Amino acid sequence: MEKFETFTGIVCPLDRSNVDTDAIIPKQFLKSIKRSGFGPNLFDEWRYLDHGEPGMDNSQRPLNPDFVLNDARYQGAKILLTSKNFGCGSSREHAPWALEDYGFRVILAPSFADIFFNNCFKNGILPIVLKEETVDELFALSGGPQALEITVDLQAQTLSYAGGETVPFDVDPFRKHCLLNGLDDIGLTLEHVDDIRAYEARRRSEAPWLFT
Amino acid sequence: MMSAKTLYDKLWESHVVRTDENGTALIYIDRHLVHEVTSPQAFEGLRLAGRKPWRTGANLATPDHNVPTTERSGGVSAIVDPISRTQVETLDDNCDSFGITEFKMLDPRQGIVHVVGPEQGATLPGMTVVCGDSHTSTHGAMGALAFGIGTSEVEHALATQCLIQKKSKAMLIRVEGAVTPGITAKDIVLAIIGEIGTAGGTGYAIEFAGQAIRDLSIEGRLTLCNMAIEAGARAGFVAVDEKTIDYVKGRPYAPEGENWESAVSYWRNLHSDEGAVFDKEVVLDGSAIKPQVTWGTSPEMVVSVDESVPDPVAEADEVKAGGMRRALEYMGLEAGTPIEQIKLDRIFIGSCTNSRIEDLRAAADVAKGRQVAANIKQALVVPGSGLVKAQAEAEGLDKIFTEAGFEWREPGCSMCLAMNADRLEPGERCASTSNRNFEGRQGQGGRTHLVSPAMAAAAAVAGHFTDISALKLGGDDDGEI
Repeated sequence: MEKFETFTGIVCPLDRSNVDTDAIIPKQFLKSIKRSGFGPNLFDEWRYLDHGEPGMDNSQRPLNPDFVLNDARYQGAKILLTSKNFGCGSSREHAPWALEDYGFRVILAPSFADIFFNNCFKNGILPIVLKEETVDELFALSGGPQALEITVDLQAQTLSYAGGETVPFDVDPFRKHCLLNGLDDIGLTLEHVDDIRAYEARRRSEAPWLFT
Repeated sequence: MMSAKTLYDKLWESHVVRTDENGTALIYIDRHLVHEVTSPQAFEGLRLAGRKPWRTGANLATPDHNVPTTERSGGVSAIVDPISRTQVETLDDNCDSFGITEFKMLDPRQGIVHVVGPEQGATLPGMTVVCGDSHTSTHGAMGALAFGIGTSEVEHALATQCLIQKKSKAMLIRVEGAVTPGITAKDIVLAIIGEIGTAGGTGYAIEFAGQAIRDLSIEGRLTLCNMAIEAGARAGFVAVDEKTIDYVKGRPYAPEGENWESAVSYWRNLHSDEGAVFDKEVVLDGSAIKPQVTWGTSPEMVVSVDESVPDPVAEADEVKAGGMRRALEYMGLEAGTPIEQIKLDRIFIGSCTNSRIEDLRAAADVAKGRQVAANIKQALVVPGSGLVKAQAEAEGLDKIFTEAGFEWREPGCSMCLAMNADRLEPGERCASTSNRNFEGRQGQGGRTHLVSPAMAAAAAVAGHFTDISALKLGGDDDGEI
């Protein structure tokens, strides 16, 4: 995983609540056996006017001009601003894969669904929970003729942007450490092989039926 | 004296391998279920890193999301969609090369992973159960801690038999009193989601309790826990009781002999202690629950069958009202329309929520001696596993369905998420026993209403939603609804 470095990026405002992972990446694209290449089909049913299927040349498809991702102001956006309970529904990691492949590194919302939230960190995406009023303010600022740019500093845990106070945010210390250092969870867990073996030995004696 | 513990405390504490200073824990996983959609990249990751599964025998795989539900004796190579075929072949190859037990497509035990696990006794009380599928919460019905994971965690579970987790908060949902006849686990869980909302359980593990829950069969509890995730909770579970133990006994993967005795005595402690404290408690009156029908594009958009489509004008919360307007537009519904006047195009009875034998019996009870209405283009019945299918056929349920005009299919996820050929066309309206009514879930532009199996069967016969509480069952009336 790439290290998460401080960056400044355009904010794309998606003002909908309960955006589910079926909307983020529709099921027909889940048939891929690869991890990459989902970006062009991010929000496929909202983004294009036709029905998308794997293998289509997405550059030739009719875009939905009313969908925010297609707005000229937000091209190249690295930060997605959205509303409550983002990423609900299916556990498909194809959702963060699609967001990451498109270029999003940070998602700002008042709340996230648990599995999606967790999946983001495994893919170098930082999901940040903000207060409702902060989210409302950012929606107002990002809807103007000029796109809003925010600087995300994970080390300092701050968001800063022109015309606003610096906004601090919370992040789990372990997740922060992994993102900043680009660490792989499996490698970290395998540092504790002895603990796992000891647990298994203990458990095997108290609940042997689990090991048959 | 030890402090009173919740069932969640007990399940959690018995699986902690280690905890670091900020509370992040390494949790041991007893059972990992695998299917074809969320595993290929995980196996590829193992290969790239030169790793092997930590404990091969803890894994059990079966293809379900992509498999055709029509005649399929031609096997995997006969799957028409080449990308679906590749995914099923990839699962077969991965399981073969890593030595993981797989119920392949033509195995009589193949089926939806969340039907197969409990059916085989592969998910047991007190276990931690994970799968790369959000409906893994289903297995909590056995008194297990079961939750869905993403593909990175599938790889992590394969490689280490552990997951890095933080403990959730504990919620108790008590459904007090007995439900009225005809009210099922599906109605109960939809009523719960209607009450707490689709994010109501976010950050929590939910224990379901109260008389209405205790009264449920294990299959009913599987339906209930299946939809904990639709309330936002990764895990939902029910305490072990005699029904749980009776259900497990004699299943292929269940413990035997001396192990059975010690397992049972361990399992009998899998309940919340008297006086245990929860972070949140919610109480519902079971006797007030009526047959539920969703009207919108989120499972929380639900009403009783005798109500009407709600009006956004009456909603004080402007964000919520906006969501309602959007849902009404997508669903092609007008506020104020009585639910019973909503006409349907297709019916889907199946999915990890409602495809077990009791579900099929309930639907067949309604279908018996009746006919699918002329305006219904298709009414599908898709059993949850090959064994459920065989059982239903032994009871003659397949005949009841086909004589009534339903199609009787091979097991799989089917039209719940339309990854195979079973799907809605744009604008079509479906009464579905599945778990998600999201936009496009059953096919782009498709409109989904979530209901119980009996309600779906009654809608098939009537051509529109109808209250099953008023219905005579078992084919002893004149066949009309």
